[in-house]
Amino acid sequence: MPAVSKGDGMRGLAVFISDIRNCKSKEAEIKRINKELANIRSKFKGDKALDGYSKKKYVCKLLFIFLLGHDIDFGHMEAVNLLSSNKYTEKQIDSMDSVKQSAALCLLRLYKASPDLVPMGEWTARVVHLLNDQHMGVVTAAVSLITCLCKKNPDDFKTCISLAVSRLSRIVSSASTDLQDYTYYFVPAPWLSVKLLRLLQCYPPPEDAAVKGRLVECLETVLNKAQEPPKSKKVQHSNAKNAILFETISLIIHYDSEPNLLVRACNQLGQFLQHRETNLRYLALESMCTLASSEFSHEAVKTHIDTVINALKTERDVSVRQRAADLLYAMCDRSNAKQIVSEMLRYLETADYAIREEIVLKVAILAEKYAVDYSWYVDTILNLIRIAGDYVSEEVWYRVLQIVTNRDDVQGYAAKTVFEALQAPACHENMVKVGGYILGEFGNLIAGDPRSSPPVQFSLLHSKFHLCSVATRALLLSTYIKFINLFPETKATIQAVLRAGSQLRNADVELQQRAVEYLTLSSVASTDVLATVLEEMPPFPERESSILAKLKRKKGPGAGSALDDGRRDPSSNDINGGVEPTPSTVSTPSPSADLLGLRAAPPPAAPPASAGAGNLLVDVFDGPAAQPSLGPTPEEAFLSPGPEDIGPPIPEADELLNKFVCKNNGVLFENQLLQIGVKSEFRQNLGRMYLFYGNKTSVQFQNFSPTVVHPGDLQTQLAVQTKRVAAQVDGGAQVQQVLNIECLRDFLTPPLLSVRFRYGGAPQALTLKLPVTINKFFQPTEMAAQDFFQRWKQLSLPQQEAQKIFKANHPMDAEVTKAKLLGFGSALLDNVDPNPENFVGAGIIQTKALQVGCLLRLEPNAQAQMYRLTLRTSKEPVSRHLCELLAQQF
Amino acid sequence: MQFMLLFSRQGKLRLQKWYVPLSDKEKKKITRELVQTVLARKPKMCSFLEWRDLKIVYKRYASLYFCCAIEDQDNELITLEIIHRYVELLDKYFGSVCELDIIFNFEKAYFILDEFLLGGEVQETSKKNVLKAIEQADLLQEVSYLFSSLGTSMFCSCWGSLSHHSYSFRNYSEACLACSVHPFAVY
Repeated sequence: MPAVSKGDGMRGLAVFISDIRNCKSKEAEIKRINKELANIRSKFKGDKALDGYSKKKYVCKLLFIFLLGHDIDFGHMEAVNLLSSNKYTEKQIDSMDSVKQSAALCLLRLYKASPDLVPMGEWTARVVHLLNDQHMGVVTAAVSLITCLCKKNPDDFKTCISLAVSRLSRIVSSASTDLQDYTYYFVPAPWLSVKLLRLLQCYPPPEDAAVKGRLVECLETVLNKAQEPPKSKKVQHSNAKNAILFETISLIIHYDSEPNLLVRACNQLGQFLQHRETNLRYLALESMCTLASSEFSHEAVKTHIDTVINALKTERDVSVRQRAADLLYAMCDRSNAKQIVSEMLRYLETADYAIREEIVLKVAILAEKYAVDYSWYVDTILNLIRIAGDYVSEEVWYRVLQIVTNRDDVQGYAAKTVFEALQAPACHENMVKVGGYILGEFGNLIAGDPRSSPPVQFSLLHSKFHLCSVATRALLLSTYIKFINLFPETKATIQAVLRAGSQLRNADVELQQRAVEYLTLSSVASTDVLATVLEEMPPFPERESSILAKLKRKKGPGAGSALDDGRRDPSSNDINGGVEPTPSTVSTPSPSADLLGLRAAPPPAAPPASAGAGNLLVDVFDGPAAQPSLGPTPEEAFLSPGPEDIGPPIPEADELLNKFVCKNNGVLFENQLLQIGVKSEFRQNLGRMYLFYGNKTSVQFQNFSPTVVHPGDLQTQLAVQTKRVAAQVDGGAQVQQVLNIECLRDFLTPPLLSVRFRYGGAPQALTLKLPVTINKFFQPTEMAAQDFFQRWKQLSLPQQEAQKIFKANHPMDAEVTKAKLLGFGSALLDNVDPNPENFVGAGIIQTKALQVGCLLRLEPNAQAQMYRLTLRTSKEPVSRHLCELLAQQF
Repeated sequence: MQFMLLFSRQGKLRLQKWYVPLSDKEKKKITRELVQTVLARKPKMCSFLEWRDLKIVYKRYASLYFCCAIEDQDNELITLEIIHRYVELLDKYFGSVCELDIIFNFEKAYFILDEFLLGGEVQETSKKNVLKAIEQADLLQEVSYLFSSLGTSMFCSCWGSLSHHSYSFRNYSEACLACSVHPFAVY
């Protein structure tokens, strides 16, 4: 009943109150009150049972009388009676439960906002115990909280597994009416069930056999129930039931250890693929995608290929079609690749614009990965360009060039096919790029055929030239110079093209430069030199497909299961190489920057194989002006950087460095491959650091070389002497490296530690900041308050002081702060600051060249959760630098 | 859940509840984008869509769209039923609810949602318990309205500050700024 309409029921109270207000005298008021009290008394004592509403009304009146300052002894009694009546008691219990519920969710919110604020420890047991609560609402709220907390401390909450299983088991096996108000359309506690299943997905399968047995029983019961006829025709019933079913399947997939359950799950989803509810078809496709990556169910998923292809063709909803395309991608293997690729190509013609690029990437990956004969691969990619040229990214067409370059069995076919494709009256610019590059490299393989003789090839390409963008025209110019080498008979024609004013005086500097250089090269260089400079491109080094990397980026981390291919196809050794996933680690070479280096527009015509090609060209032109055009050759871009040229520090390098400002030992860095531990000690201006490199894999690291680099002026400020370490690090082994450090003078930036090695053939590179900061050379100095203030005043020039006011990032604990300040290196001076909450410190930074005296003061403001930090030293940059370093710590 | 939006077929926003901190500008942008996307979809289409890195679950009830954004690992179907349970709660409270009820009593719609979901998580799935909580809250509101409508400010119920004021209700003319607890709470 809408409570808003109840207002009139309280009219009695309103009338009473206005009566009182209208009383002219105290006596009249008392009289009116007595009358009302008699009335209420008779109501309460009467035989007729009062409804809850009247009771409330009379209590209101009593309260009002009480507030007027009248004696209401009897009213108290009645109120107590009321409160102890069943209904009120029930209410009170309810409200206590709802406090627990709200508190649990409130804690969750707090935790999400600021995890450090919620100290677990003692709370853990109490929170887990909530799973036993009698009130279902409390359990529901508690599961949400635990699911979030356990992600950070899985071990602390481990006890929740068995509780969750038994709770789940009780719900799953209960009759549809057992849970009263918590049954939703004949489904017992669907929200709680889903949440419990979700919680279990934070953990591996239960270790305890009994718990596991009980859980498997639950999962089977859910799967069995899916086969039972529905208890209601309402969509709410089926949704709630299937919500549990899908969450159950997610858990089965998460465990990935029960072949029987996985296959049953797959069959269940198979039924949904043809369900009349669009929502179920969508979810079934989505869920099957993850099933496809399990070795136990991959084959079972494959049996549904026709249904999925049909969905791709007939679904009216684009988001469902996309799910179907995802699933086809996930279920693809060598046995069905041709069918799936051709279906996806067909789909591409009508696909929603928003998803075309993704489909293109997927087709390109599948075609490469499962190509048995490479002519099929070339056809597929050219089809891609034809159908969806705009959506074919650089990565895709770079990749086809790489593959054609590396496989001589397909080069002739590729040349022939692109030649044919270019004959279409309107062809996509990407086709011109691929065609231009391939003909420039392998046009000679089809030159024997009079229909594709050199002049025909040239005029075909040149007919597209004027319609193309600058980048493509630059590429075509390189093709032309290659033609001069491949087909001397075209030399005159091509030189005429290069010499034309539109090239030699082109407004675009890149085109102009290429035209000038190529023209001169073709006229000055002898045939031999020309042949050396314009030799065929050498094979590209194999590594992770840049297309795959792009798809991963598009999808974000943990995307599509088909990417984690490792276990799916263990028997087939990957003849196609290249696409095996490199363990995503340190630095994957950026695929966009380096593939062919075309974007930076270095002429592909300058092949790296000809040693000295660069020198040669410089000689030819005899002037420094020509030099920039050489740019990075394609080869250089591929190679790992030279010893002096290390990459930038990883993005988290600063954060890692900050961890070590106030401590000397710990783990500096860790990923799936490598752990780097640090132990260090410092005395005066000297330090010694031990770095421990642990190989976390079972495979040997090769060419392992950690080096320390001093960027900028650091060389003159800090001397770091490193000992060499062994070039091989066995799987599971740890090597130690000793660094001797001497601080020569004050410095602001830490040295860089660059670690390079090969893992499974793939080069890995990692640059970190070495945890050597200027405060490491601090010597604590004790002094009395008087001395402190005297020195403080001496350092009163504005540039000697640095100050920062900042928000606390950690709980403001005085003991922790003390420890940090001591770790920072200064002495802590008691009884200096009149405010005992504040911290005052002093120390001297020791360097070989000079000493820097340093005073600091830290004022916490607990109420505002802020700090003010003031540093005074005799050197301005040191003040600022120390202030910044220290401010990061609180 | 990250947020819930209710909007009409004409694209008018009727209720918004955000469980993640976002700037007003960002909220407006998201709302505009989602309203457009959802309204463009045909009936019989799937109720779920991927949007940015979230999943959108929506359903239309008469002239009103209910639209929730959930995270990757959240369950779509159960979210649909969260929407339905909320609609049931509104329906029970208002008595065959329609868009106008939500327009004119939007604060009630928010109260009901807050009893049902807290911080984006389901707090209480029992219809009875949610409505009971709302009834109690309504009663509180009514009584305070009643007292204040008599021309006297609501008295202070935090006993601590009562010493500042006369004990008599009638003479009490200032609102106590220290608290807003219902008078019943003192018992």
